[in-house]
Amino acid sequence: MSSPDLETVDGLLAAVENGNRRALARIISHIENGTELARPLLAGLYARGGRAHIIGVTGAPGTGKSTLVNAMTQIYRQRGITVGVIAVDPTSPFSGGALLGDRVRMRDLAGDPGVFIRSMATRGSLGGLAQATADVALVLDAAGFQRIIIETVGVGQSEVEIASTAHTTVVVEAPGLGDEVQAIKAGILEIADVFAVNKADREGADRTVMALKMMLSLGVPEKFQVMHHGRMLPVTMPASDKDPEAWTPPIFKTIATQSKGVTELVDGIEAHRLYLEQSGARLLRERLRAATELRMLLRDALLNRVLDNAATESIDALVEAVANRELDPYTAVNRLIAETGCIDS
Amino acid sequence: MTTRKVRVLVAKPGLDGHDRGAKVVARALRDAGFEVIYTGIRQTPDMIAEAALQEDVDVVGLSILSGAHMALVPAVQKALKKVGLEDVVLLVGGIIPDEDVEALHKMGVQGVFGPGTSTQEIVDFIHQQLGLEPA
Ligand SMILES: Nc1nc2c(ncn2[C@@H]2O[C@H](COP(=O)(O)OP(=O)(O)OP(=O)(O)O)[C@@H](O)[C@H]2O)c(=O)[nH]1
Ligand SMILES: [Mg+2]
Repeated sequence: MSSPDLETVDGLLAAVENGNRRALARIISHIENGTELARPLLAGLYARGGRAHIIGVTGAPGTGKSTLVNAMTQIYRQRGITVGVIAVDPTSPFSGGALLGDRVRMRDLAGDPGVFIRSMATRGSLGGLAQATADVALVLDAAGFQRIIIETVGVGQSEVEIASTAHTTVVVEAPGLGDEVQAIKAGILEIADVFAVNKADREGADRTVMALKMMLSLGVPEKFQVMHHGRMLPVTMPASDKDPEAWTPPIFKTIATQSKGVTELVDGIEAHRLYLEQSGARLLRERLRAATELRMLLRDALLNRVLDNAATESIDALVEAVANRELDPYTAVNRLIAETGCIDS
Repeated sequence: MTTRKVRVLVAKPGLDGHDRGAKVVARALRDAGFEVIYTGIRQTPDMIAEAALQEDVDVVGLSILSGAHMALVPAVQKALKKVGLEDVVLLVGGIIPDEDVEALHKMGVQGVFGPGTSTQEIVDFIHQQLGLEPA
């Protein structure tokens, strides 16, 4: 058998189609590093994507996300479903390096060709991270993995943004230490499709469940409006299968270290998957995602084009003029666009 | 925009359960700007090779305190070769007697670091092996 060519776009694409895991890993690196192969690789993979169900797992540090991903993946594997895992950890703002330790909790998945785990550092870029994660998910999707689980530490806006890549977002809570307050602060309740209250072997799990139930009933009124709405108009619009918002996030108690409650959690995720498909919400989400993505890429491409074409001196001069209030920024932008001739105005 | 990062797998093969040293090195490498994938204790050679492949690392660092390095290192090399990663830079750290250092080099281990090694030495060594400017 001749060894596959892992240096070119065509070679990498052919190899990954044949299930070559080294090619898969290389493609992910090209995308993370933004090499010149990244775009043609993504373009070549795009048509093969869109089949996987993408699951985001987020929550405060140490709540047991990786342990839960390990347990969830084992259950998917028992059902014959393949799983790609993307484990995101923060890049150190001081050194630019990162310590990616999620694999430590996923050792049960080693040696299974139906699983592929990749650790990713945030690398500092905010909007860029969500895009990079979505692109890596696309690679795993195109490689044929049926579920893709993205683990992120839910502490900031960037993690919330990553959740927008996911079809189903699982928010992981653990008892104690004002977790509930943290969740609200990060705006995490709003993105949850499913809750896992992990470490249910610990004191206070029931209280966390109660707190979540209360906050759900207070904080996300639209979902309840929809239900009322549906009940008020049962003939013309049954809420359960017409309105894409009619999903109330279920709450599952889990003990990830003992794999307790995890079957129920996986069933809950799968119920949400079916719900998205049957209600048409998945299509709607895909369309929204495509619109956002197109808009963002277009903005980047045009920005880069203008910046590439403009002389550095003229940008510097305009910045100077705007800073000195000799010129307003709107006029400056128009001049820059006119000067570079990138866009007919 | 190209932002290449050096990726290093830090693993502990074999049965000894002390990973303090490995964690110290892992943190030092992070502080040097590397992306460090830490896999934890009791890794089999196949687990190490598989993780190195999935994570597409430039360097594999093994921490071995058990004294079993002369058996474990060739086993890891064999596993790396099996997945096509024989070219990855291989480092071994731990309690390695002088007479074994030469033998490990002969086996193709690029760097062998004893207990007295400063983490800066390891960082410099990686930069040099990969042909990179020190940060
Ligand atoms: N008692 C108990 N401990 C758990 C449970 N699940 C995870 N842990 C422990 O909690 C600690 C953190 O688990 P991880 O899975 O690494 O948590 P994480 O949320 O991925 O952590 P980060 O990625 O660092 O944010 C580990 O020591 C786990 O063994 C559980 O259900 N019960
Ligand atoms: Mg984790």
